[in-house]
Amino acid sequence: MKLSFSSEDEKFRAEIAQWLSDNLVGEFEQLKFRGGPGDEHMFPEERKKWEQKLAQGGWTCVGWPTEYGGRGCSIEQQVIFNEEYARAGAPGRMGHIGEGLTGPTLIAFGSEEQKQKYLPGIIAGNDLWCQGYSEPGAGSDLANVSTKAHFDQEKGKWIITGQKVWTSLAHESDYIFVLARTDPDSKAHKGLGFFLVKMDQPNIDVRGIKQITGTCEFNEVFFDEAQCDAQDIVGEPGNGWAIAMGLLGFERGVSTLGQQMQFQNELNQIITAAKANGSHQDPVIRQRIADAHIGLKIMRYNSMRMLSGGGNNGELRQEALIYKLFWASWHRDLGELAMDVLKAEAEILESAPYNLTRMQSMYLFVRSDTIYGGTNEIQRNIIAERGLGMPKEQRLIKNS
Amino acid sequence: MEFSFTDEQKMIQDTAQSFLAELSTSNAIRSAMNTEQGFDNDTWQKICSQMYWQATHIPEEYGGMGLGYVELAIMLEKMGQHLLCSPFLSTVCFGANALIVAGSEEQKQQYLSQICEYGLTATLAYTSSNGIWDAEAVQAVVKPQGDGYLLSGTYRYVLDGHTADTLIVAARSEKTQGDDGISLFIVEANTSGIKRTWLPTMDQTRKQAEIVFNEVELKATALMGEYQRAWPALKQIIDLATIAIAAEQVGGAQKVLDLSVEYTKERVQFGRSVASFQAVKHQAADMMMRTEVARSAIYYAACVAQEVLSNCVSLSELSEAASVAKAYCSDSYFKNAGDAIQLHGGVGFTWEYDVHLYFKRAKSSEVLLGNSAFHRERVAKLLLD
Repeated sequence: MKLSFSSEDEKFRAEIAQWLSDNLVGEFEQLKFRGGPGDEHMFPEERKKWEQKLAQGGWTCVGWPTEYGGRGCSIEQQVIFNEEYARAGAPGRMGHIGEGLTGPTLIAFGSEEQKQKYLPGIIAGNDLWCQGYSEPGAGSDLANVSTKAHFDQEKGKWIITGQKVWTSLAHESDYIFVLARTDPDSKAHKGLGFFLVKMDQPNIDVRGIKQITGTCEFNEVFFDEAQCDAQDIVGEPGNGWAIAMGLLGFERGVSTLGQQMQFQNELNQIITAAKANGSHQDPVIRQRIADAHIGLKIMRYNSMRMLSGGGNNGELRQEALIYKLFWASWHRDLGELAMDVLKAEAEILESAPYNLTRMQSMYLFVRSDTIYGGTNEIQRNIIAERGLGMPKEQRLIKNS
Repeated sequence: MEFSFTDEQKMIQDTAQSFLAELSTSNAIRSAMNTEQGFDNDTWQKICSQMYWQATHIPEEYGGMGLGYVELAIMLEKMGQHLLCSPFLSTVCFGANALIVAGSEEQKQQYLSQICEYGLTATLAYTSSNGIWDAEAVQAVVKPQGDGYLLSGTYRYVLDGHTADTLIVAARSEKTQGDDGISLFIVEANTSGIKRTWLPTMDQTRKQAEIVFNEVELKATALMGEYQRAWPALKQIIDLATIAIAAEQVGGAQKVLDLSVEYTKERVQFGRSVASFQAVKHQAADMMMRTEVARSAIYYAACVAQEVLSNCVSLSELSEAASVAKAYCSDSYFKNAGDAIQLHGGVGFTWEYDVHLYFKRAKSSEVLLGNSAFHRERVAKLLLD
């Protein structure tokens, strides 16, 4: 065990820090500390340009292998990249789905043709992706997807019909990957396919969902006989679940360290507010601020553990299994702390009709953290079953 | 950056696991805890002469193994897991650490080598009856007398204070307060004027004592470090010990989780294993989350402790790491132990099952060197004042 980075890695840190300081200026200055969770609807056009700026500097897809156009960074360097990115206040990434999910999935499971067709656009920061997993009837029970796909021999295309929901940034995206049922008689995990679908077609309708914050980051996406090419299915029909889940084994949480730097920025804001209005002298608030700080520190140590010591045959290790439950609960509590620090001022909006302050926006948005990406309850099931070997939930057999 | 165990560290962990599984059985714990001494002499000798655990992080020039604090933390985690009754924590994490941090070359040569060689026991006495754990805890009074010193005062909550061979004691000069005027001394426990009394405790697996110094004459050579300026050293010793206790707490938190999972899997009600109920699984999942996160905290804190002992990082980083670890591990162990009683149902409330031993150890470890609220306030001071 050692805490320090090698001198080579520190050189890498200096390089990215310098690049960010040189380039996060001019038209991009206004993007500092923007576009993170709860703020994703802000400056979409400018942030798209920023993606391309990053690409020009070679700072997209830093963890991808060089043979696929990535930077081939080690885990340590990816950690450093994410830390410096967040430290500089660089904006929330719009390309994160393509870079973090689509790309690695294609690298692992895609055909050579798919790699050549899709990876360059992701690396260049030109093609933005969104994720078509959840449906109205498939939330926690994700395998219950009912969106259907069938192959039309005449057209030589896959035809997709159904509805996806909670799709972040669908209205800004160029492509969506879709989990859909290729075998209409199948149930649960079987008979699914994993499709790569162009958003710009008349048979796809995107509708924003107005959230608790009054803003729209999430969308409903309706597919009414939408099309994709015969080659745009990853793996075989019926194999979609394995593709969709396969990624979880590769994701070791490098991006979490960048996320934690954003959390640190939020906590710093709370501490500044507490010192400004005197609530830093309230013994209860002191305990809660210290508790938040302690939780964030430990979150970082836990991530370092997750990232160290090589893989574990694709299975998440104990410290990785508990991570989502821990950070989501921590972040929810941070939102409550923010409001309690502000006291009466907590209620007062930035402006009418419903423009929230950054702290209010955070406070409301964190209520989603314990729900998306596996609710706390689902996380606890997974921890108990995979981590502790306790019996699986009994499933009801559906007769319909 | 590398935050996982080396092969050697994994081996240490495996060895500790198998050694303690054999030695620190429920029967052994119960037999040791029923004595005033609180540990079995043969067990302590085995630890010292066969395993050399007491020598783990003591530098080689004093007969130690010269390993790091991470290795020590690995062992402590296992000791906490197996509820080992021994003077290890007092001797190594208070006594040896005090010598390493504050001892003169002669004191190190004399005492550290005896600890390594045959398991001389030692402990640290600094707390008075005011029940706090920072500099204000030091209430015993010392003044110069002749070539040496004269020390009077009452210490309470001293780990293994009634059995330790050697005492390291803190005292303050008259009319001083806070961090000022504190000195450290090392003295044989059987020196005349020292009265030691066992304090029976709710947690029977770890013994405490009251020690009264009644105008005890100390030689000039008893002084550790600088007269009246020992608080920074004492603080560092306490921080190092705090990390050690946190490591034990993680082991305990893991053990009560293991016991609960094992029991609820076996226990059948309503025709199904109790472990299949979601209410039970979710409680166990929370226990595992606390345990794993606490473990991450102590691995980090142990790394910091190691870097401090190698003079690599600042002391403020050590204090913060100690408080972060102790605050989180204290709460985690106690909550887990409480949950473990609940998950065991009625039998968790009996003397026969071991859960209550862990529940009691969880509270005594939480109190020792400051509970989570105390450590959160230390962190708050760093952030807010």
